[in-house]
Amino acid sequence: MLDLLGVVLSVDFVFASVRLASPLLLAAMGGLFSERAGVLSLGLEGMMLTGTLAAFLGSYYTGSPWVGLAIAMVCGGLMSLLYALACVTFRANQVVAAVGFNILALGATGLAFRRAFGITDKLHKAASFQPTPIPYLADLPVVGPMFFRHLPLVYVAFLLLPVVLFVLYRTTWGLKLRSVGENPLAADTLGVKVQAMRYAGIVICGVLAAAGGSLLSIGFISTFMEEMTAGRGFIAFAAIIFGKWTPVGAFLAALLFGAADALQLRVQALGINIPYQIMLLFPYLLTLCALVLVGKSQSPAALGQPYDKT
Amino acid sequence: MPGPRRPDAPRLKLPAIHWENLANVLTPMAAIIASLAVGSLVIAMLKVNPVVAYGHLFRGAAGNLGQVTMTITNSIPLIFAGLAVTLAFRAGTFNIGGEGQLYMGALLAVWAGTALRLPLGVHVLAALACGAAGGAAWALVPGYLKARRGFNEVIITILMNYIAVWFVSYMVHSLLREPGWSPQTRQVLATARLPQLISGTSLHAGILLAIAAAVAVHFLLTRTGLGFAIRMVGSNREAARWAGIDVAKVTIITMCLSGALAGLAGASEILGVRFRLLDGFSPGYGFDAIAVALLGRTTAVGTIFGALFFGALRTGANVMQSATGLPVVAVYLIQGLVVLFMIAGTSMDVVRKLLAKRKEVAAGAGPVRGGAVG
Repeated sequence: MLDLLGVVLSVDFVFASVRLASPLLLAAMGGLFSERAGVLSLGLEGMMLTGTLAAFLGSYYTGSPWVGLAIAMVCGGLMSLLYALACVTFRANQVVAAVGFNILALGATGLAFRRAFGITDKLHKAASFQPTPIPYLADLPVVGPMFFRHLPLVYVAFLLLPVVLFVLYRTTWGLKLRSVGENPLAADTLGVKVQAMRYAGIVICGVLAAAGGSLLSIGFISTFMEEMTAGRGFIAFAAIIFGKWTPVGAFLAALLFGAADALQLRVQALGINIPYQIMLLFPYLLTLCALVLVGKSQSPAALGQPYDKT
Repeated sequence: MPGPRRPDAPRLKLPAIHWENLANVLTPMAAIIASLAVGSLVIAMLKVNPVVAYGHLFRGAAGNLGQVTMTITNSIPLIFAGLAVTLAFRAGTFNIGGEGQLYMGALLAVWAGTALRLPLGVHVLAALACGAAGGAAWALVPGYLKARRGFNEVIITILMNYIAVWFVSYMVHSLLREPGWSPQTRQVLATARLPQLISGTSLHAGILLAIAAAVAVHFLLTRTGLGFAIRMVGSNREAARWAGIDVAKVTIITMCLSGALAGLAGASEILGVRFRLLDGFSPGYGFDAIAVALLGRTTAVGTIFGALFFGALRTGANVMQSATGLPVVAVYLIQGLVVLFMIAGTSMDVVRKLLAKRKEVAAGAGPVRGGAVG
């Protein structure tokens, strides 16, 4: 037990938690825009994966991870249009649309990667982001190495929280977006373009999720593999639920999931006798219990319901 | 259960074509053709001749007896899991917890297959029953929470999928672990295995059970009071409540039946193919099941064909990869396209509009059933 405490309190662990939480953070913040507009963000997995590949290819061919990131965000936004088309225009069941969308993204990214590099087992490397210590802050004892020696995109992920809070709660646009997720009929009556707002929410979701995905391929390591996101999009989705559809809640949940991931890696390495499966299962069990105890979930009232304009 | 006993009165004019059934066939066919067409463009972009690629895909899925039986074997869990989605959907409940229920079914089936000592015949039935019970128990939680507490079953089942997968992984690594270096359970005893149907092939008796399950679901939905209640709850919960149907009870029962079917998907895969349980043994059958049910237009019979199509794609993909170099993920693209084309097709209602026109001409027929997901 003391070992475990030692692990949790170590600088290294906090650093890893922050690092592992940041792709989830970007995706979860993006997902909030979709969910608050009333569209389930289950397509996050496919959007993240799109970003992971697009960032890698962009960085590989231009040599600049920043160009890679930009291309990833564009591709994530474009790809999410397909999800929006199915969910908003075709008014499909959003779960079904997400299942199709995610598997399509899996196939498309795998094929695009093969198209670019053929079938080789050779590991292709692209230019990746380098850690950027923040002047002065990085030199602080303990806190410096924990929080201020990360990749640029990791800072962005954390700074996104106040931005999202402001946009969702302090702007008219944010109010419109939320109204579309709570009561689309009323919003429509007041002249809010329900379909357009939902498209916007989904595209923002795609752009941010792709940015999160790019951290996986040109951030922490610098290569791409099929199915590289490995369910992180679904974890970001769970973070939104755990965070009760609020930005602060989703932020904390993403941190918790990142920490659980970091802890699991360390516990395995140390050979501490806690089964790592139980630790991986724990956040989901906690979310489930929290939902059940809190009572009926406080999701946006119109979440998952297609809006029929006629 | 209240309600008339035989909602679908037998229609005696047998030769008449049921246009709604035709739509159930035409929409998936069109979606499959469209996705193969788009897929061929992508394949051509990869500098592979699409005709050659699809030829190998077909050869891999149905080229000889071995491949045909392999396709059918791979379809068995998809039929069970697809039926699970179909049944729940007809009651207006979205069971996307099939993956978790499948894992719990596999866990209990492997426990029964390794720990119990029962005579031949009885043992395999007991193991299957345990698998069904495992899935049903796992589905009871979201069923109860939805029916009595008003929770969204989508979110609950997603969370429970993760819990099940990691819990099963834990059991495989601890209590049920076979002594030795690799984390896996012992093999189920010979008495608990589903018998082989054709010697020298992978085909096992699970296919008979899967077809029986499809017939049972079809019979349940169309010929029983419970089935009528299920469909009524699925089409309009309020109306069902006013008609005196215990909506919560029907929802919970349906969810448990659905979970039992998903549990059988896991159990049949363990008792018929793998004989032991490993980490991550399912390649996402529970999720593919949603696409399978969609392709089958959420009918029991359609689900069988949807499962066969997906099973064929997965089976043929390996041969296609070794012959043309196209990666296995190419079939994911086709699967995703099928789902999206089904959505588009169902949404745009091409077939149904055509159908409505036909009906105008024919002047008067029953209402069109909107049974498809989407």
